[in-house]
Amino acid sequence: MKFELLVAVIIFILLFIKVGSREWENKTVLNVVNILLLVNFVAGFFMNADGTLFSSMFRTNKLMELQKNMLNLGTLIISAQAYSWLKNHKHVLEFYMLLLSTLLGMFFMISGGNLLMFYLGLELSTIPLTALCNFDLEKRQSSEAAMKLIISSAFSSGLLLFGISLVYGTIGTLNFSEISQHLSGSPLQLFAFILLLAGFAFKISVVPFHLWTADVYEGSPVAVTSYLSVISKAAFLFVFVSVLYTVFKPIAGEWYKMLFLLSVLTMFTGNLFAIRQNNLKRFLAFSSITQIGFILVGISGSSQMGSASVIYFLLIYIFSNLGAFGVIAFVSAVSGKENMDDYKGFYKTNPFLAWVLTISLFSLAGIPPTAGFFGKFFLIMAGAGKGNWLLIIIAALNMVIALYYYLKVVKAMFMDENEQPIEKLSISTLPKLAMLICVAGIVVIGFIPAVYNYIYSLSFGL
Amino acid sequence: MNDIPLTHILFVSTALFFIGMYGLFTRRNMITMLMSIELMLNSVNINFVAFNKYLYPDQLNGIFFTIFIITIAAAEAAVAIAIIINFYRSHYSIDVEDSGEMKW
Repeated sequence: MKFELLVAVIIFILLFIKVGSREWENKTVLNVVNILLLVNFVAGFFMNADGTLFSSMFRTNKLMELQKNMLNLGTLIISAQAYSWLKNHKHVLEFYMLLLSTLLGMFFMISGGNLLMFYLGLELSTIPLTALCNFDLEKRQSSEAAMKLIISSAFSSGLLLFGISLVYGTIGTLNFSEISQHLSGSPLQLFAFILLLAGFAFKISVVPFHLWTADVYEGSPVAVTSYLSVISKAAFLFVFVSVLYTVFKPIAGEWYKMLFLLSVLTMFTGNLFAIRQNNLKRFLAFSSITQIGFILVGISGSSQMGSASVIYFLLIYIFSNLGAFGVIAFVSAVSGKENMDDYKGFYKTNPFLAWVLTISLFSLAGIPPTAGFFGKFFLIMAGAGKGNWLLIIIAALNMVIALYYYLKVVKAMFMDENEQPIEKLSISTLPKLAMLICVAGIVVIGFIPAVYNYIYSLSFGL
Repeated sequence: MNDIPLTHILFVSTALFFIGMYGLFTRRNMITMLMSIELMLNSVNINFVAFNKYLYPDQLNGIFFTIFIITIAAAEAAVAIAIIINFYRSHYSIDVEDSGEMKW
């Protein structure tokens, strides 16, 4: 409960600053918030108690604490990266209040031991996020993105709720542990499961349900985009894995086939659409869809290694995607350029930013010295545990296709000539620190076996 | 009360759900799309109350869930309408066909 209380306390502190009579300068507010978030992150490692509350509506254990710590870390990095954008924004406090509300919702969702609690957390984590997408109030694209997100997320929660109501009708309880005991795999329950799966697939943008992703990513402010693509997606994936592995354990044979189909579709569609993008945010949107496809390969392994590899990959994914988004966010906030052509000759003027982006993209592509390679390796190994070689071959093929478009960006930065490259940008301390943390994470995590072993010891199989 | 069998009520709620889905896919006005989504959520409410009343009359899980769905649907509608108003300010229209700046 400590994680949730801390975030709630921070929201209230910000609220008091907001309603107080004194006007705070943006820089002071940002420094205060970043310190609070740092305290929040550090406090996550101490004084944790396991157990359940409110007749098992709320439960927590070591694995959930680890997941919450990861989300805290990601939020801290995003907050530091958003510094150059928020410095001149009118509504900094509102931004953080909404952002932390979504974080609170994700914590409740991860800890929920009951479909009601899960649903409440899910809505708390999506409704404020749609408001955040609209945070560039004057931009046309921003309101378009928010509109697309709220309609599709409301639709997906409608599907999810219909599934939940059918589960309730056939089983008569909303408790996760009791549902898994009574699940028999009757056609009605399978139908309910498919609706639930569709709801989840919307949130993590698996392919037939991915259509909102690219538009929302392109239109939203970059800080919100990186939050959407990393934190919100990671939280939903944590819950997805635990729901599949524990609640829907009795119908594992059925959902394996669905995941197989979805992951193949997701990898191919994400890759093929990513090739033709020119806007970097849109490009990263499709690349993140592809990464979800790889994660589904890992989940389909349905062993202890399956869930461990997903969490490990997400830890690396937080660093590598935030590294890439950090550079793009910074360049877009300072110069307003987001297209791939603008990045031609970027290395000559901004070598530091170019290197950060390159290392992050290498990690996303899974090139050996970076941690991304180990993440993908474990995912594919977990998927191979099922012995479905067709899926593994398709995944390997897609890694090669993905390499093509990641390297296209690197080529544009390092090799292409440009008459008017982006001028030399001076980076403030906080964003620079965030980028360095990301690079350090990408380089170091792969070489410390203790990280993976720790996650493996906490995770659970089917 | 028990003259009406459960299947009749489920038929109504399922029909309502898919009418809502159909409306969402065919209508082009954002407010109407929002109304269609409300229709879907309300069909879920009917489902919950019916299951609770007919199959598990000794507990209140379904009724509780309904109350929460109504509350959250209201919150969702509030945020959605705020977004639509902001959309109207920049586009002077609430037709989804006009929100086609970002494609593919």
